[in-house]
Amino acid sequence: MTARRLAHGGIIERSQPLSFRFDGMELSGFAGDTVASALMANDVALVGRSFKLHRPRGFFGAGHEDGVMVSRLSPRAATNQLATVTPLEQDATYVSVSTWPNARHDIGAAAQWFSRLLPAGFYYKTFMLPNWHLFEPFIRGAAGLGRVPDPAWEPVSESRFGDCDVLVVGAGPAGLAAALTAARSGTSVMLVDDGEAPGGRLVLDGIDDGGWVSRTKAELEALPHVRLLRRATVWGYHEHNLLTVIERRPADAPDLDFRNWKIRARQVVIAAGAHERPIPFADGDRPGVMLASAARSFLHRHGVLAGERAVLFANNDSARGAALDLAKAGAAVTLVDIRPDAGGTAAAALAQRGVTLIAGGCVLRAIGSRRVKAVEMRHADGRLATLPCDLVALSGGWNPAFHLASQSREAKSVWHHDLATFVASHGEGRFRLAGAARGVFEAGACARDGMEAGQAALRAVDREGPAIDLPDLDDPFVARSVAPLWFVPPRRRRDKVFVDLSGDVTTADLGLALREGYDSIELVKRYTTAGMGVDQGKSGNVNVIGIVGALTGQATERVGTTTFRPPYVPVEFGAIAGARHKARLYPWRNTPLTDWHLARGAVMYEAGLRWQRPGFHPLPGEDWQAAASREARAVRNGVGVYDGTPLGKFQLKGPDVGKLLDLVYISDFGKVAVGRGKYGVMMTDDGLIMDDGVAFCLAEDRWLLHSSTGAADRVHAHLEQIVQVHRPDWQVSVIPVTTQWANATVCGPRARDVLAALEPDFDISRTALPFMGMVEGHLGTIPVRVFRVSWTGELSFELNTPARHAAALWEMVMAAGEPFGITPVGSEANHILRVEAGYISTGHEVDGTADPHDLGLGALVSATKPDFLGKHAMAMRRECDPERFELVGLLPSDPDRSVLEGAPLTPDGDKVDQEGFVSACVRSVALDRVIALGLLRDGRSRIGEVVHARIRHEIVPLRVVAPVFHDADRARVRS
Amino acid sequence: MLQISCPWCGLRPEGEFVCLGEAVPPRPDPAALTAGEWAASLANRANIRGLHAERWWHVRSCGRILTIWRDTVTHAIAPGPDGTAAPEAAP
Repeated sequence: MTARRLAHGGIIERSQPLSFRFDGMELSGFAGDTVASALMANDVALVGRSFKLHRPRGFFGAGHEDGVMVSRLSPRAATNQLATVTPLEQDATYVSVSTWPNARHDIGAAAQWFSRLLPAGFYYKTFMLPNWHLFEPFIRGAAGLGRVPDPAWEPVSESRFGDCDVLVVGAGPAGLAAALTAARSGTSVMLVDDGEAPGGRLVLDGIDDGGWVSRTKAELEALPHVRLLRRATVWGYHEHNLLTVIERRPADAPDLDFRNWKIRARQVVIAAGAHERPIPFADGDRPGVMLASAARSFLHRHGVLAGERAVLFANNDSARGAALDLAKAGAAVTLVDIRPDAGGTAAAALAQRGVTLIAGGCVLRAIGSRRVKAVEMRHADGRLATLPCDLVALSGGWNPAFHLASQSREAKSVWHHDLATFVASHGEGRFRLAGAARGVFEAGACARDGMEAGQAALRAVDREGPAIDLPDLDDPFVARSVAPLWFVPPRRRRDKVFVDLSGDVTTADLGLALREGYDSIELVKRYTTAGMGVDQGKSGNVNVIGIVGALTGQATERVGTTTFRPPYVPVEFGAIAGARHKARLYPWRNTPLTDWHLARGAVMYEAGLRWQRPGFHPLPGEDWQAAASREARAVRNGVGVYDGTPLGKFQLKGPDVGKLLDLVYISDFGKVAVGRGKYGVMMTDDGLIMDDGVAFCLAEDRWLLHSSTGAADRVHAHLEQIVQVHRPDWQVSVIPVTTQWANATVCGPRARDVLAALEPDFDISRTALPFMGMVEGHLGTIPVRVFRVSWTGELSFELNTPARHAAALWEMVMAAGEPFGITPVGSEANHILRVEAGYISTGHEVDGTADPHDLGLGALVSATKPDFLGKHAMAMRRECDPERFELVGLLPSDPDRSVLEGAPLTPDGDKVDQEGFVSACVRSVALDRVIALGLLRDGRSRIGEVVHARIRHEIVPLRVVAPVFHDADRARVRS
Repeated sequence: MLQISCPWCGLRPEGEFVCLGEAVPPRPDPAALTAGEWAASLANRANIRGLHAERWWHVRSCGRILTIWRDTVTHAIAPGPDGTAAPEAAP
């Protein structure tokens, strides 16, 4: 036994034991433990395998600077949980990741033996021929961390908004002082801390605060305008002072894994502390090697002594505190400090505690594979020695955590010589840094700095904040006078010096990247993945920068830093999504008739913009094709009815509506009489079709414009921009009325008979209500607007009624149509009917590259209007490039062979550039064979030719015909 | 998420708006332009790093289209170089 739980100490609840399993072992911990501290307390040193080489790994840090993930199998499956910050749960089952079958016995560990073959960029270099994509699935299978949870996953997270005047990040001495100063002024304060309890370093390093933390916490908790979040990390500093916060296992909602906050703060105090960095040395990634701060944190926070025989390896004073604490807890401690004058004033204190100090020494290599057993070291006089140990604790200096300041894009990182690290330089507009986050390390100074930051934040929100009583804190050992040591060069070529444990990046990888010409730190990072792993380089990045500087002969500050981006800590997508899952993320839109369709067994489709519409209504034993063909035949031979409610509808009102229509449509709308409508094609000003639809003149100054279902939002934006931006002098208002009106479209040769049976109080004869005519009236007692528009190629009446009458109207239509065999029709039948009729569809033929001439609509283009949207660009484009894809009909040589919609047409079916594509393909009920529409280069002049669709394993010949298969003279439509 | 000031509704979150891109001038009369000028007016955008005049549509609220100056680096929404809150008379 080497790591163990102490009888006293830590902020855990020894009265609340928790049992859990890890990789099949039955273990126990206490409430207040993280998964990591519980494993440490059980002396489980090997807890995972490295990402690439599958080397044994243990805990290196005690917080977000660590990278060991575990998956939780129960309760609530969750993958890739950072073990050092995940609260331990009763009866939970955890497994290691990147391992098989488990961390102790891992087949993938064989990768270590081939590590020389796996340098940076290895995959891309090795698997280039014949094709990366051939190897990709295998490599992706071998890489990666945990498995994605079961598909039955349900959200165990929620989202919340928050706002406050002052948001304080971190509840260490600086953050607590800032929050207390701000809170006493009466302003609203949020204090966000990622610890189990506030205190920060005062807790983690066991600094005696004389009760100041608990008094401050009690005072803050009693104030109604203050909110404390614990186990919560600010992970993003976004525009306009929006901060995103991930709260783990919220205290008020134990059933949640995460709560993700979006908090708008007027002022932010960033007191996020600092991260210790290691001194990389050969095999310094072995389990049992960790940051000195981690050993100290496990000790004070969880009452876990990480080893009985500890070697501390340091280049600064801060490790002395850890050495004294570990010795006091019972460990035999040797402090190896590279500085020849390392003892200084602390020598006596160290000696008194029994700490062996080796000044001017250097640790060279860790010995032991699944766990460190000893270190090889060199004394100041050059003598080599081996020190047996079960814990190696490293301190290479401290990096202020100014990540959030950098994310704000208002701070720059600058080199600080005495601290041998980067600090932030910034203006003091919307945030300020305080304490260790800006390089002030001594705890008492942090508290003062925090208070002053709190006062400054208050001034920025026009408040006053008197000074608070600051605690008397004894914190003699902090990381000043750092002697930079970015890594210890290995004595043997084969020894690996890891600088980034998350990404398995070694000093050799950095050297290789530089030799291969990746000479900027941003490129080195991307090529080697240094700093791109789970920990995002929190502890290792400054070493990487230092090493790149050393290898290129530049001063470290000249190398520069990589860009800090959110998230500051790993955040699950599920936590961001919260309850916004499936339809709660993006709700379906239903017409008043959805229930009716579902009751009839309809298979529902999305018709565009999330509108649910029936695809087809299968009878018992029918597949989709049989149902769709039956429905289409009903429309061709008798009568059908479909729910046209989702169609986009806009009411245009005002004296200048006519001008607007003439600008947006390619045709002349000036001659349309009241009570009549006109088909129109709408282009954007780049001369390409955006949508098509009809507009009906309800009154001189009032029109109703219909758009495609899926294009409704686009058309709305288009019209609003014209009215508000481009022609603000026109008096027109655009009112979307899509959902106000429901629509039952009765279509087929017997449609008028059905309408007659509905007791209309208006004349429905061909002369009174001709094609493209309209009438307002009643069917029985139901008010309707009836439009003579057809998208099926048959006589058709669109019956529009206010949505509240939709169900009643539909039932009436079904009852009145029964003697005529009226059949409800879905999208599939609609598609068959419109292809037979040769009507274009937005999203099929209107694909964003076609103009009206291409689709055979040239006759609609006004010859007299001097201007309309798209006119000039269309003319310019046609002049420059007369070879256009044109709408044609296509008949497969085999009448039963259907072709995938979207299939490319290529000359002779060769693997060359396409000369068009199949836009729609259906089994025609009118012709009882497969028919298709397509766009073909110069298609109209190629009627009669045979062209070829190129499908994955086949080339399908098709004969080019005119793009109308039914009722070419439109006599039925106009009947 | 930006906070955008709507002349009708006050300071509102970005989620209520749709960005309509650079605030190009109202559509010119194509007859008054050469083909090249017309093509440029359709396609060329300044894509500024720094203060950028852009239109936002308050579609999930009042429907107003408004114009703001936004710094594309810091996202600060500020008065423009000429001191005006918006680069043109609000529509």
